[in-house]
Amino acid sequence: MRVIIRCFAQLRELATDRTELQLSDGATLDDAWRKLAERHAGIEPHRPYVRAARNGAYAAWEQPLADGDRVAFLPPVSGG
Amino acid sequence: MTRIIDAPIDVEALERSIASVQDGAVVTFVGRARDHADDGRTVVELEYEVYPEMAETVLDEIVAEAQRRWPVTVAVAHRHGLVPLGEAAVAIVAGSAHRGDAYEANRFVIEAIKERLPIWKRERFTDGSEWKRPGA
Repeated sequence: MRVIIRCFAQLRELATDRTELQLSDGATLDDAWRKLAERHAGIEPHRPYVRAARNGAYAAWEQPLADGDRVAFLPPVSGG
Repeated sequence: MTRIIDAPIDVEALERSIASVQDGAVVTFVGRARDHADDGRTVVELEYEVYPEMAETVLDEIVAEAQRRWPVTVAVAHRHGLVPLGEAAVAIVAGSAHRGDAYEANRFVIEAIKERLPIWKRERFTDGSEWKRPGA
């Protein structure tokens, strides 16, 4: 399956604004992160602080993905 | 009413948007772009990056949660893009019959924004810029 990946703030600068990943069936958000980190090793140290979102909502790392999902990796937010 | 905008926030218009003769108390919080970072360095301007498709939804959820927990009406605006010093980056208005609920709901909204609204602050210094660090 293919999923769309978006990154923000420092993760965007270290990796990419937007890309697509080809993942095997049953892949999770964590698998998507690992695949992205294979391409952009600079993001890996940020993993303990990153939250994942699936289709516009926060989601657990072990959540399985579906074809066409919109995935986002979010560094710690700093609004306000 | 919630809005994420790239223009100056009209705080009075935000207050008018929830105006009701039933509300004896209106609490307005304005978070402004400040001239120094937590470590004391001079900040010349702020820039906010947003995940728009998610931020509008999260902000709506935060407001809905506040209005569920307290008898209040809440309006919020958060700015993205460049925010000059002294201008509002966020404004929250909570109206209620009594001040206690309005204060508590307003505080809840700003803390929830800082915890989960997908917006990132970049502080621009005279010698470069940095994303605001975790926990800072």
